[in-house]
Amino acid sequence: MTGLRARLLVAFVAVTVLGAAAAAWASASAAGTALVSAAQEQLTAALAGQIGAVAPELTYPPDQASLDRLRVAAGPDTLVTFAGLRAADGAITTFDLGAVRTAARDGNRLVAQRVDADGRPWLLIATPVVITALDGTRTPSGIEVYAARDLTAVDRQVDGLTRSAARTAALALPLAVLLALAAAGSVLRPVRGLRDTARRLAAGDLDARAVPRGRDELTDLTVTINEMAESLARMQADARRFAADASHELRTPLATLAAVVDVLESATADLEPDARESARMAITEVGRLTRLVEDLVEVSRFDAGTARLRVEEADLVGTIRDCLRARGWTSQVTLDAPAELRMPLDRRRVDVIVANLAGNALRHGGPPVRVRVAATPAEALVEVTDGGPGLPPEVLPHVFARFWKRDPARARTPGSGLGLSIARENARLHGGDLTADADARFVLRLPRAVRS
Amino acid sequence: MVAILLIEDDPLVRRGLELALSRHGYDMRTAGTGRDGLRALDADVPDLVLLDLMLPDLDGLEVCRRIRAGGDLPVIMLTARGDDLDVVGGLEAGADDYVVKPARPAVLDARIRAVLRRSAGDPDGIRTHRDLRIDTTALTVSRRGEPVTLTPTEMRLLLTLSASPGRVFSRQRLLEDVWEHDYLGDSRLVDNCVQRLRAKIETDPAAPEFVQTVRGFGYRFGPVQG
Repeated sequence: MTGLRARLLVAFVAVTVLGAAAAAWASASAAGTALVSAAQEQLTAALAGQIGAVAPELTYPPDQASLDRLRVAAGPDTLVTFAGLRAADGAITTFDLGAVRTAARDGNRLVAQRVDADGRPWLLIATPVVITALDGTRTPSGIEVYAARDLTAVDRQVDGLTRSAARTAALALPLAVLLALAAAGSVLRPVRGLRDTARRLAAGDLDARAVPRGRDELTDLTVTINEMAESLARMQADARRFAADASHELRTPLATLAAVVDVLESATADLEPDARESARMAITEVGRLTRLVEDLVEVSRFDAGTARLRVEEADLVGTIRDCLRARGWTSQVTLDAPAELRMPLDRRRVDVIVANLAGNALRHGGPPVRVRVAATPAEALVEVTDGGPGLPPEVLPHVFARFWKRDPARARTPGSGLGLSIARENARLHGGDLTADADARFVLRLPRAVRS
Repeated sequence: MVAILLIEDDPLVRRGLELALSRHGYDMRTAGTGRDGLRALDADVPDLVLLDLMLPDLDGLEVCRRIRAGGDLPVIMLTARGDDLDVVGGLEAGADDYVVKPARPAVLDARIRAVLRRSAGDPDGIRTHRDLRIDTTALTVSRRGEPVTLTPTEMRLLLTLSASPGRVFSRQRLLEDVWEHDYLGDSRLVDNCVQRLRAKIETDPAAPEFVQTVRGFGYRFGPVQG
């Protein structure tokens, strides 16, 4: 799971669950409040009704018996007082009635208050009993009724509501995860596409493009990346065209130089020492320049994609043997190979690879230089090793880089600095590869069935 | 003295090659354009033409085609790029060999000598294969009594193959025997020359009777009995 995906997921789930929880909590508490107030109303109305049914029949001032009657009518957990008289039942006696009493007396009306006792919720109700005369005038009778009503059942109902709200919120969680995954996917798919495109561009595939979809910020980014890729490709094409044109232009004067060098060479014997040395240097450098330009032309062919493999059925071992013999290396290089290995290959390109590897081993490595040829059913392996010190770790990543020279002081070697790069391109053109390790062991792999 | 006509547009390259090849003992004539070159050919026929492919007026390929249409004069083309398209185009136009610029005069000299040697046979009389008659002394070929004109390279190829009917020659072998190339000769020279030869001596070049392909190995001379 990518970081962006995880973050999107967490954010989405958090928002969804918090939203669901808040909505559930709000509706549960609203429902609870409504439930409680309805219960309170119902309880106080019931008590008022019970008192109202008995009060007119009471004698006034009431005696103990009247108070008892009123108390019975008001139900259990009730206290009725009048002056010094009181009639009480149940749990009411355990409550502190000071606050409700004061409120009821001050307002001369019914007062209800929620209290908790012994871990249970109660509703304490206090009301003065009012006598209504025949002419409608109301006078306080001095009788006060106190009642305690158990709210446990109501609370349980409220708890149930809260629990079911929590359950609803919890149910939203997996749904939120699914939705978040879908949303993250739809956001991340184009991001992933962009990442893949950028990765291919970074790997050098300048034909890579992302497909812009829709009309959002990601589409803008996609278009921008494509534009960037195009300008990169343009710059690369310009650079390559320049290299190709430059090497081509260099060939014409080199053709003249190469033609007259022999004439000059045959005349050097008659020159004064200084002039002779100068002429010799010119001749040597023309040779170097020619090789360099030839390598540049070869490289620009690879860059332009115009390098073509010319495959024919040939003997790999014979090609390697010819390569070593033509350069006079037979005595310095040990060839350890089967008598013959026929396979489709481009002889010229294999010659270039082997000449480069063996030449490097002879120049930069140490004896014994050995070329080993082995074959599996799928591929041929050519391994070039030498007895030299190998390649330092800081050199290894650069051995196939163009114009990379290990030691600037030793830059003036006979090579162009392009040889290994060309060798590797040639191997890849065959569908094979060329690799090097720290022991300066170069391994060329060539598939035995080359596309022709 | 062997006469060579060099057709090359760049004055310095032209003069450089003229200087260098003169020292190798050739009678050098030069032309700066394709038309001038063709005119010079009409005036005085050389032994061989060195032809640059990039010419300003008349394309080197066209010059080569016109030389071929007119006869069997050997042509070595000089290609500036050595690009495959140039090489293939030149060979299809009928060039006998090619040299990539910049070229050492010693290399050019070797190629010129090799091409010229092809005209000199190793006479062993007359070979007759069905209705194909090869006179190895007079270096003439006829098919059903009709004379067939071959260039020196085509002739040398036919002589080499027909000297051992049925024997398979690899392209590499033919490059060494006919073109006298080193170990890394371009096998397209062989394939192209085989095509041109077939066009001249075969009844159906697509189903050759005399110059047969042995897939993956090379060519052999037929008809093979059995």
